[in-house]
Amino acid sequence: MVASTSKFKYIVCDPELCIGCQLCEYVCSYTKTGEFNSYRSRIRTVRVDEVLITAVACRTCENAPCVMACTRDALTQDPESGIIRIDPQRCDGCAWCIEACDFGAISINHETKLAEICNQCEDVEDGPQCVKICPKNALEYTTPDQRAQRTRRNLIKDSLDFPSKAKDPR
Amino acid sequence: MYGYSGKILHIDLKERTHWVEEKPEDWYKLYIGGVAMATRLCWENIEVGCDAYDPGNPVCFANGIFAGTPVPVGGKYGLASKSPLTGFIGDSLSGSWLCIAMKRAQWDGVVIHNSSDKWVHVFIDDDRVEFLPADHLLGLGTYETEEAIREKFGDDQVRSATIGPAGENIVRFGNVTNDGRQAGRTGHGAVWGSKKLKAVSFRGTNGVTVADPETLLSMSFDITESAQGKDTEKYRIYGTSTNMLNMNKLGLLPTRNYQEGVFEFAELVSGEYLDEHHKVKVIACTQCPIACEQMSMVKKGPFAGAMTGIEYECLQAVSSNCGINDMTAAIRLVDIADRAGMDAMSMGVTISYTMECYERGVLKKEDFICEIAPEGLELNFGNGPAAVTLAEMIEKREGIGDILAEGTKRAAEHFDKERNAETYKWAMNIKGLELPGYDARALKTFAVGLAVGTRGGCHNRSAAYDPDIKGQTNRFTVDGTRGEVASRSEEYAAVYDTLPMCKFIRRCFTGKADRAGAWPAIAKLINATTGWNFDYDDVDQIGVRAHTIKKAFNIREGWKETDDDLPYRWKHDPMTIGPSAGHIVTDEELQYLKKIYYKAKGWTPEGMIPKKVLLDLGMDDIAEEIGV
Repeated sequence: MVASTSKFKYIVCDPELCIGCQLCEYVCSYTKTGEFNSYRSRIRTVRVDEVLITAVACRTCENAPCVMACTRDALTQDPESGIIRIDPQRCDGCAWCIEACDFGAISINHETKLAEICNQCEDVEDGPQCVKICPKNALEYTTPDQRAQRTRRNLIKDSLDFPSKAKDPR
Repeated sequence: MYGYSGKILHIDLKERTHWVEEKPEDWYKLYIGGVAMATRLCWENIEVGCDAYDPGNPVCFANGIFAGTPVPVGGKYGLASKSPLTGFIGDSLSGSWLCIAMKRAQWDGVVIHNSSDKWVHVFIDDDRVEFLPADHLLGLGTYETEEAIREKFGDDQVRSATIGPAGENIVRFGNVTNDGRQAGRTGHGAVWGSKKLKAVSFRGTNGVTVADPETLLSMSFDITESAQGKDTEKYRIYGTSTNMLNMNKLGLLPTRNYQEGVFEFAELVSGEYLDEHHKVKVIACTQCPIACEQMSMVKKGPFAGAMTGIEYECLQAVSSNCGINDMTAAIRLVDIADRAGMDAMSMGVTISYTMECYERGVLKKEDFICEIAPEGLELNFGNGPAAVTLAEMIEKREGIGDILAEGTKRAAEHFDKERNAETYKWAMNIKGLELPGYDARALKTFAVGLAVGTRGGCHNRSAAYDPDIKGQTNRFTVDGTRGEVASRSEEYAAVYDTLPMCKFIRRCFTGKADRAGAWPAIAKLINATTGWNFDYDDVDQIGVRAHTIKKAFNIREGWKETDDDLPYRWKHDPMTIGPSAGHIVTDEELQYLKKIYYKAKGWTPEGMIPKKVLLDLGMDDIAEEIGV
């Protein structure tokens, strides 16, 4: 079963714009750990076949499968923001949450052996740092609704060759 | 120590052992990283006077000071061995993911000694070293090899430098590939092949810490932002291939083996044409906010399916330089080179040399008969399909490809002796390394920069075409300033090659590409990374020292003043059409340029380095060995 994405905000990457620079990973791992280390980044880039490139972070699913899969109730979902929180006291690194996640958005910390996930930089003043550094605006902090809205607008903008009224001809 | 681990990993392929060497902080302050540190490691570990294929020629990786941090375009490493093409230092750079895996494995450098008797894949997993069998990887292309290794470990963060079939077959200009980027020139792939070294992989799990992360991050944010502006527009939109039309307009675009500088079909092989018809996606190296790599694909026709990144240097070598006006053939040629793991520039110039041999009757159609070309080849300039077949013959060393795989210098020696010919007159190389895509007959400052180049015919180490093209110097004439200009421009380039940072960022610090525009920012980045106290002059010295160590290496390997030379054609045959027609670099001009260049360097009139110069640079042990 594929998880249903929800009304919550999440960080999404447009593979057509992503260039695979990994700057999101550097900034994320520094924000979370004080070190630069892709393995500790909560957003992870993937590059397959050189041109297939994207970055993946938590999609804040509704009825999140990772939460349901956790055998120790270490994972909870914030009802307002959808952010998944992991209680390090309860997590034992069993990785059921990783198995449950359809997006590969959870990883295990190599040193503590505990699960780690994106929290949308809720504790950082100017929001998700990965979105801030992304040089190509491939990353967006958005909701599924907003995404759909934009897709519809792009659809009509890209497919019709009408003069634009928004552009002043002068 | 921040920014470095202080440790160099040594690996012996024959004994299957490894050991760790610790280096003091002062050593890093002298050699920094990239090409300078790689060359220094080669200086320390080579058996002096050995052949490039002897076990005594080490493979030396040197990481970048900014690798593994968010500093834009700092994701590069240096690779050095003695070059099989030139017999002098072969120092190359490659970008992307490999270097950050090396950084997180906490190795500042890796030196691979000796040769293996069985094909081997070296896996460096943090501080563990494994010697894995590589027979199952033989025959795989560079990208396939990397992918097979990643599949085996199931970890995207295992990054590998590999050779393809060209390296396995010891094609003299074979190269080393990682993440679709190449340590492209001077024949590293052949050195690896001679050692039966198919791949080196890294996995690093440790975090990278720096002295002042807040400053480093805020500067990185700023540079990342300015790298989206007009200063990098050329690289972002069309990539470097936009130079095709620029060089053509100036009459400097190598055409039909450097016979002319104007190609009548330039539009058809331009960056603009590429963008419109073949571009799939633009991609970047790690840490790079610019993204210049124009991934291009052939969608239909006989070469359908060929896909690779296309850049100016490779494109001109296989298109205008071979008289080829079919972009699909050009993409296929670069694609073959990239998959086979060979230098597309040297390959292109070797093919154009062969085409001229064919057109002048030295080589005949039946000379090319082999399994891939049972009827031989009609290798006229412009014959794309024939060029593609010849590239495959070179990769596999089939038929006459076996001789051409030695590069233009050795192929010319062979044919001239065998056929009593004078093909050396159109063998376009310097010190054995094939030329780049700027015709130096009408770029006189660049001409001396190339002639004295420590790694031969290379546009990356000397940046002296810049003042010539920009009109800061009169490109058609020679005057007393050129020694200084050539000297300063190669030291300027050497700063970027040593950090290393990609030169495409050079305008993004302040909008100005010169020292004043960039060095203060680079000093600040170095200090934020390491906690050192570098200033403008310290940054400037990086380039001086980098260039000096390379020259010192060459001197110790037997460099003579006569090695600083230009190809016959540039000294004797002027071009006949276009804005650069009528010019050559005469022997008198060349001798004069060399003299004023050596003088600007503070070297002797014979081009040797005085002891005092080396001592002033803090290179005492080198002064002892080769100083005069």
